[in-house]
Amino acid sequence: MAFDGALFEARAINAWRGDRHILRDVSFSVRPGEFLKVTGPNGVGKTTLLRVVCGLLPAENGDLIWRGKSIRGNRDEFNTELGYLGHLNSLKADLTARENLRFLAGLRQHLTAADVDAMLDRVGILSRGDLPARSLSAGQKRRLSLARLLLADASLWILDEPVTNLDIAGIRLVEELIVQHVEQGGMAIAAAHQRLLDDAPCLRRLELEP
Amino acid sequence: MIRTPTTEAAKLIFKRDLTLAWRRWDEVTQPLIFYVVVTTMFPLATTPDLSALRVISGGVVWVAALLASLLALEALFRADVEDGTMEQWVLSGQPLGWLLLAKVAAHWVLTGLPLVIMSPIVGTGLGLPVDAWGVLMLSLLLGTGTLSVLGGIGAALTVGVRRGSVLLSLLVLPLAMPLLIFGARAVGMQMDGDSPAGPLQLLAAIFFMALSLGPIAMSAAIRISVEN
Repeated sequence: MAFDGALFEARAINAWRGDRHILRDVSFSVRPGEFLKVTGPNGVGKTTLLRVVCGLLPAENGDLIWRGKSIRGNRDEFNTELGYLGHLNSLKADLTARENLRFLAGLRQHLTAADVDAMLDRVGILSRGDLPARSLSAGQKRRLSLARLLLADASLWILDEPVTNLDIAGIRLVEELIVQHVEQGGMAIAAAHQRLLDDAPCLRRLELEP
Repeated sequence: MIRTPTTEAAKLIFKRDLTLAWRRWDEVTQPLIFYVVVTTMFPLATTPDLSALRVISGGVVWVAALLASLLALEALFRADVEDGTMEQWVLSGQPLGWLLLAKVAAHWVLTGLPLVIMSPIVGTGLGLPVDAWGVLMLSLLLGTGTLSVLGGIGAALTVGVRRGSVLLSLLVLPLAMPLLIFGARAVGMQMDGDSPAGPLQLLAAIFFMALSLGPIAMSAAIRISVEN
């Protein structure tokens, strides 16, 4: 996978939640090979910013640029290259881990059983593949969500608190996955309070202030 | 990797919903039970005289089918919005309208189709003559299909609203009135020996209009609902 020439840019984003003006003229850009970490205290608008970037929330004004073109009007094209891992794991409790991947990640990419198994193995829950998602632990659910993100084959990752519920090995896994992704020319934007890749050369920070 | 074609994605959603329903069959059978129970109560509450019941049989079956369909609608998109699946659908790069239509189709197969199949049996219990079975089933086939799409629009609009079921009924019931009128009328005309073609054609016209415009309305409504 190589994602050459991709560039994401946000220009003077403003967003409101109810009557609160949360994001004021937030601008940033991400180049291939970069990991942008969005930090700031609770309630400062990290999740709001990520949802605006995905297009789940409309920005009041400002512009989002992807590969030199505004996202407005190219939403579907942008979405095919976007991988979003939100607060919610987007799992169906009644489906097995394998089925969850097949039915959700399969909407984007044509998947074989081998693809699914390889990804379950990558995130370390291959032995839980046939258990319903309800019987997985919170950390294992998060890992399953990560497998879904990997299967999306996206060049821009948007991660909202990716290491929630993960153990130390899980946090290391997330760090590895991000580094591997950006080394291949991908981009990642993550909101995190926890320590995450603090010393990595690919890291850039975006501090949101109240 | 190869991108999934839209038809394939729609099939995946259809299959997923049938798989989920198979594991949660008690929730799926609820409208059907309601339908059978309500229609069985009419002879008990009014009169066991079949010739008297025959006059209202078409209308009773239709009203019960309408309310049973409505009963199942509220939860249509709720679970997917609450667990974050809908966000992923919106961001999947697939046309959202098609995905939602596939979901509504699965919903219809699980709740609407059983009502259509059961209708001759419950109709017979109300004295409906055998030669009106075909018209009853055809009118319900078109009617429940339209209701699933209309209800899909309503459910998509109210999914972000707490206790949205009352709102959903208020939104969908007025729109469902033409279906009830034409559907019950078609059955009545057949029993009176007239040709039911007129009301059936109108039902078909409404069905195709809902089918063509419904996905656009549903995807717009869902996009608003996932903002929260």
